[in-house]
Amino acid sequence: MIYEGKQKIWSEYQKDIPDDHYFYVRSCIRQSFFPASEKVFLDIARNKLGKDFFETEHHTTCGGIAYHSDAIPQETSMTIIARQFALMHKYGYQNYVCSCITSFGLYTETLETWREFPELEARIKENLWKSCKLEFAKPKYLAHASDLIYKFRNQIASQAKFKLIEKKTGRPLRVVEHIGCHYAKMFPSKGFGGAEYPYVLAGMIEAWGGEVIDYPERRHCCGFGFRQYLVKSNRGYSLSNTHKKFESMEPYKPDMIITNCPGCPYFLDRWQYVISEIEGKTYGENGHGIPVFTYEEVAGLVLGYDPWDLGLQVHQVSVEPLLDKMGVPYDPQMKYKGKNNKDIGRPELPTCACL
Amino acid sequence: MVIGGGPCGLEASAQLHKMGYNVILIEKEKQLGGHLAKWDRLFPEGIPAREVLDTLIERINGVKCFTETEVVSINLLDKEYNVILSNGITVLSKAVLMTSGFDLFPAEKKEEYGYGIYDRVITNADLENYFASKNDARIVENPKRIGFVHCVGSRDEKAGNRHCSKVCCATAVKQACEIKELFPDAEVFCFYMDLRMFGRGYEDMYLKAQRDYGIRFIRGRVSEVSETLDRQVVVKAEDTLSGKPLKVTLDLLVLMAGMQNSQAGIKVGNKIGMRRSEDGFFTTKGSILSLQECDKAGIFYAGACTGPKTLPDTLNEARAAAISVHNYFYNTEI
Amino acid sequence: MDFGFSLSPSSRIDLDLFDREKFRQLTELEPDVLKCMACGSCTATCTAGKFAKNSLRSAILYLQNGQSAQALEYLKPCMLCGKCFMVCPRGINTRHLILSILKIYGDAK
Repeated sequence: MIYEGKQKIWSEYQKDIPDDHYFYVRSCIRQSFFPASEKVFLDIARNKLGKDFFETEHHTTCGGIAYHSDAIPQETSMTIIARQFALMHKYGYQNYVCSCITSFGLYTETLETWREFPELEARIKENLWKSCKLEFAKPKYLAHASDLIYKFRNQIASQAKFKLIEKKTGRPLRVVEHIGCHYAKMFPSKGFGGAEYPYVLAGMIEAWGGEVIDYPERRHCCGFGFRQYLVKSNRGYSLSNTHKKFESMEPYKPDMIITNCPGCPYFLDRWQYVISEIEGKTYGENGHGIPVFTYEEVAGLVLGYDPWDLGLQVHQVSVEPLLDKMGVPYDPQMKYKGKNNKDIGRPELPTCACL
Repeated sequence: MVIGGGPCGLEASAQLHKMGYNVILIEKEKQLGGHLAKWDRLFPEGIPAREVLDTLIERINGVKCFTETEVVSINLLDKEYNVILSNGITVLSKAVLMTSGFDLFPAEKKEEYGYGIYDRVITNADLENYFASKNDARIVENPKRIGFVHCVGSRDEKAGNRHCSKVCCATAVKQACEIKELFPDAEVFCFYMDLRMFGRGYEDMYLKAQRDYGIRFIRGRVSEVSETLDRQVVVKAEDTLSGKPLKVTLDLLVLMAGMQNSQAGIKVGNKIGMRRSEDGFFTTKGSILSLQECDKAGIFYAGACTGPKTLPDTLNEARAAAISVHNYFYNTEI
Repeated sequence: MDFGFSLSPSSRIDLDLFDREKFRQLTELEPDVLKCMACGSCTATCTAGKFAKNSLRSAILYLQNGQSAQALEYLKPCMLCGKCFMVCPRGINTRHLILSILKIYGDAK
């Protein structure tokens, strides 16, 4: 691997986004998959970095899942998106940031489609007015939330309580980064680092002390793939794609996986359990799985948030081995205590990689 | 004035000089010969490039030749072109012959092939350099498996080039045999979409590559390349003949970079508004009967600046251009 | 545990895996096998191919991809009539080749 070659590509894919005053929209599924990630993102942005990030409860899904599984036509998703832009406009913002990669891809696709076909934009304007009596303005800048954590990665590093380093030995942790397909594969120029060698997560890993792993199936889909898992008869493809990735990363002995998409961490995490049930194989150390994280969770760990406040107890693959490596303190008694010390239940099948 | 001191410019200058014209040949590099100077052997018979180049250079004896010289400006004054050169010399020339040739497609632009990123990925030009120098850190001592990717930056709209670069198929077959001679134990794979063996002796070369060298030809374009823990490269393609995806791990991957119009040539062309076609190469006055003429009086073309060409094609065009220039002088004088 | 779905088997050709020794033996005995350029004339003219899965072109390809069992499948209905020999543009002695393939790979199931 020639690092300078990658640096050259990274320097060619640097997008210009402002570092403050954003209208933030959530993902429709992340709050149940990774319940604290979005909250932590806003907390880091507002309270650790002192930025202005606004959100409103009036925004909805972008329609991405329905669009990508052919349940709604493009025009419908564009009108939903136009309504979100109208909200941004109403609250006086010009910079739009979304938490979801599918949304980011769809917003980008919509803006690019309108640029190519202005008559379509005019029609959506009409649709929005007819349905909601709203008018929208297009965002001046569109970003994915991981773009901002990437942008602030050095500031976060300067406030770091823990690093992506094994505390006992000083060894940098070996980190697999997995980028959501809709981040830059459709429009390489819209992502930090482009489509083939994205830098957005690699940059965070480097800044926080870890070592990026480039394994042969790095570019391969996580297995989410909408239709692959939405339809049960196709779900074997989803599982097989995830399996292919794990087989490929295994020799590199990764300590952890970081992702920037709603679906990827979910499937990379949950399918490890299914693979262990079907194949009897796990990919981490001592019969464990490889812990999988969202970039917000990792930023949170680096900044010293309590692991259980980050929602790490709802991961399928237990995160404790990684916390031990990083030297992050945690109270095992508190793992399954939710808010107000209420028991949130435990995994029922301890035959899997967890605990 | 002949612009470009590759084989085409050399041959055209020699012919024009022989016909009695006062020729000035300019070349931006230190050395004459263009790409030919960097090539080791030539298909189909494997004649050393150096031999050919030496002969071409011998033939220009008597031609005024400026190396490390570029065109600063070029203007039409009445019936002559006023050309100011970077060495401070100004030339009044009745005819200007563009022999600016081609650039190799920058292989790093096909990011998914990892040129400049993976340790074991090289280009056709790198391999020629290795054949001549036997020195390239990217080539391991005893490679066991070697792959060639045809059409890198050719027949690829995503890479900005829809055209076929014509010579890469034959070059790949030639290089595959040569590398097999160097490393007889290696397995060699060529990933092609169509094999274009159009020239005399090329089909024989292909047959020899299959039968005598055991080169395996796989019909399918390489979709992506990645690196293993041991720094080998993993290639993914479809074997389109069996309709199945295919994977192979290689010790060396050679990218057959195609041809595109030379940036230096385009720079000169832009100074005087030479038209270019969609493929980026200069537009000739006609596509059959007047291949050497530009639609601007007194400007002529020869060689790969009007599209990918083999070396014999190029040399023929150089001679044809000399005749076109001669006719132009003859007619305008009458 | 039955999830109602499972890992799908891969149909990918993996050129890293197959054992090349038999193919090497074949090329020694039958160097012309390397001359095939996959034109398909043999299959087009095959008297058995219209009624059964018979294709010398496919068989050669499968051998090159290390899938000898599939290759033999594609030769099973062959009656050695030799019509493919007549049409092969590269002059491969196809009947002889088929017999050599069976000689070397015959025990592969």
